[in-house]
Amino acid sequence: MSELLEIVIISLWISGTALLLSLLWSIPIALTLGLRRFRGRGTLISFFNAMLGIPTVALGLILYLILSRGGPLGILGLLYTPTAIIIGQAILITPIIVSLLTSAIEAVDPEIMNLARTLGASERQASLAVLGEARKGGILAGVAAFNRAVSELGIALMLGGGIAGWTRVMSTEIQRATGAGEFLLSIQLAAVLLTIVFALTFLMNLLRRD
Amino acid sequence: MAVLQRLKHVTQEYDGKIVLRGVSLSVRRGEVLSIIGPNGAGKTTLLRIMGLLDKPVGGEVIYRGVKVRKSNAPHIRSKITMVFQRAVLFNTTVFDNIAYGLKLRGYSSDEIERRVGRVLERVGMEKFSKRRAKTLSGGEQQRVVIARALVLEPELLLLDEPTANLDPTNVTIVEEIIRSLKNNAAVVVTTHNLFQARRLPDRVVCLLDGAVIDVGKTDDIFRHPKDERTRKFISGKLF
Amino acid sequence: MLITVLGEWGLNKVVGIMLIAAICSFASLAYIETLRRTEDKLMVATTTSLYDTGLLDVIADRYRAKYGTNLYFIPLGSGQSLEHAKRGDADAVLVHSPSLENQFLQENAGGARKIIAYNFFAIVGPGDDPTNIENLSPLAALQRIAQVKATWVSRGDNSGTHMKEKNLWQEAGFDPTELRNDWYLESSSGMGRTLSIANEQRAYTLADMGTYLKFHRNNLIDLEVLVSQGKELLNVYSVMAVNPSAHPYLNFNDAVRFIEFLVSSEGQNIIDEFGRSEFGRPLFYPAVELLRENTDPQLVSWIRDYAFFENSECPPRYRLGQEELYE
Ligand SMILES: Nc1ncnc2c1ncn2[C@@H]1O[C@H](COP(=O)(O)OP(=O)(O)OP(=O)(O)O)[C@@H](O)[C@H]1O
Ligand SMILES: [Mg+2]
Repeated sequence: MSELLEIVIISLWISGTALLLSLLWSIPIALTLGLRRFRGRGTLISFFNAMLGIPTVALGLILYLILSRGGPLGILGLLYTPTAIIIGQAILITPIIVSLLTSAIEAVDPEIMNLARTLGASERQASLAVLGEARKGGILAGVAAFNRAVSELGIALMLGGGIAGWTRVMSTEIQRATGAGEFLLSIQLAAVLLTIVFALTFLMNLLRRD
Repeated sequence: MAVLQRLKHVTQEYDGKIVLRGVSLSVRRGEVLSIIGPNGAGKTTLLRIMGLLDKPVGGEVIYRGVKVRKSNAPHIRSKITMVFQRAVLFNTTVFDNIAYGLKLRGYSSDEIERRVGRVLERVGMEKFSKRRAKTLSGGEQQRVVIARALVLEPELLLLDEPTANLDPTNVTIVEEIIRSLKNNAAVVVTTHNLFQARRLPDRVVCLLDGAVIDVGKTDDIFRHPKDERTRKFISGKLF
Repeated sequence: MLITVLGEWGLNKVVGIMLIAAICSFASLAYIETLRRTEDKLMVATTTSLYDTGLLDVIADRYRAKYGTNLYFIPLGSGQSLEHAKRGDADAVLVHSPSLENQFLQENAGGARKIIAYNFFAIVGPGDDPTNIENLSPLAALQRIAQVKATWVSRGDNSGTHMKEKNLWQEAGFDPTELRNDWYLESSSGMGRTLSIANEQRAYTLADMGTYLKFHRNNLIDLEVLVSQGKELLNVYSVMAVNPSAHPYLNFNDAVRFIEFLVSSEGQNIIDEFGRSEFGRPLFYPAVELLRENTDPQLVSWIRDYAFFENSECPPRYRLGQEELYE
């Protein structure tokens, strides 16, 4: 059971950090796309929409080749560390956060920006006011992104290696244990994973209610 | 009376269509100024420029003798507050809506509570403090957005059709509030209501098709309109 | 600073969330990085069949208790393990594919190879054995299967077991690259899944003993061992250090110590005892003493034929200066 617990905690920690990391750049990107009008904006939005369905194995492979000792960022020695999975998952979920948050921001009354400004907000504070109005979409984006990160297999497997007590997360362990005939462990982990995903979704719906 | 804001030859266009054609006017400290004119005359457009929310394509805006530029606009804008024609509300409680500008200005939460309480009482909305603002009726929303501007005690208050949704009692309350502000601030009110235009402001600007056709003391405009079109408009016969 | 942060939080939760996000994510990344840089660890790329038995967990525990170094095993399959090692992504490899290992040595990608254990693959199939291969020699069994087109599931994943299987088909007179057809399926997955597929399809397959016993004991399959004797089914596990001259950051000293541990009597005992209580029989047999003392000449000659290169488990030019391993 403590092995199970360890895997669950590592999973939540890795995917949670990936979410936080991704928010750092995804929120500014979504604000820019949602509030500013510039050339190439439409192309960028389509790009992020197209990246929504990127196969995790493809992204995992690309990052493996980059982070591998023989690759361009090999000197960092990041392959097979939680950091590598965190980076990979943060990139994976960026299109989810950006796409969902951008459309949530676009759905906000455009006068909110002017309202905030006339009440004394700086441009930055006015953007944040819009983000505040888009919070329901923001919560949806965050939960969807976290669920995707915690459930994905390709990146965790290729960049983490499934090392016990270090990079072994729920998805990699379900895959390994199933292949190794340890069905009890797989089923337990799958149950925990489903519970987490459902609980988060439920919690989100509570939060999204007024 | 000293001039607070002056517009010089302000022009504005939307998608190439000219909406304001060289509007010049000044707002003086301690006065209520009404802008009247038919639908589409450019009243809202003008007010947004006065509120420094939109930049005109031509002409200049001068505030307290200083020309408004991109660099000083945010600072000057913090002394001007506009209430939009359509009630725009944050999706939070009435209290949080009104507290927003105070929070930006760094007041303590005690102080914010006191000021919000006072202004809500003033517009007769003290019972609605905890309500989600978007669940209020049209007139209640209108009073909240007015309170939200009043609480900031701006030097220049711009009201776009503030009483359009209100019942007679509340029209009277709001007009009294506007008059009481005169000592400390200048108030610009757009209106279609000619009775209001007659009883509320000190001066009236008559806007037609993006140009000022008449401006003067309220009595002068209504008794001796200089322009033929003004005369028609105030007797309800324009177009 | 704190006041501005708190002010911002009160002002707008979003800024607060971003700040907390930044702090948390950088703090935990910094935490992992310090952990990673201060701890002693050895990356070992290995085969899934070995990994899934649990033997490596026992070895890792004992090794850490003794030396304080964490062994990180990455289960990949022999072919993939060697590829990762060539790129410098592992300090040592633990594999069972002599032909690939020979290539690896020739490319100077690694060395200090030691044979540590052996066992036998088994040809497994439905209990009623519809093709009647039981007690045939391995090659005759394959020929019979091909002749009657009985369904065969191949790993098809370049693992050590897959290499072995391809060799067997070759020796039986078939070209494995031309075999794929309606009775010869490629699962392209690990041993466990391949066994499950064979079980569902009532097919034959080549299995490593460890995985087979685990699945059989847990009643996940009802395939039986039909052929498990014969030189051709020999399975030999060896360990190598990755050559640090190409990748200077590699933990070569610990890799050598790990090899020494595996060939020491302590390491060999772990291998010998593993699985006896769980499966009632050992899964792997220690190889070091056998090779040194030549206690079973026939078996030793099989191992030498199968897994020695130039008459040595590691020709001198590939020993990376670790001669004492071969005394
Ligand atoms: N964003 C916009 N894009 C294009 N045209 C606009 C825009 N905003 C206003 N206009 C046009 O500019 C003109 C002036 O509009 P404005 O809103 O200032 O009129 P108004 O005097 O406030 O009218 P009302 O009495 O109906 O409120 C109108 O013809 C309107 O259609
Ligand atoms: Mg208007």
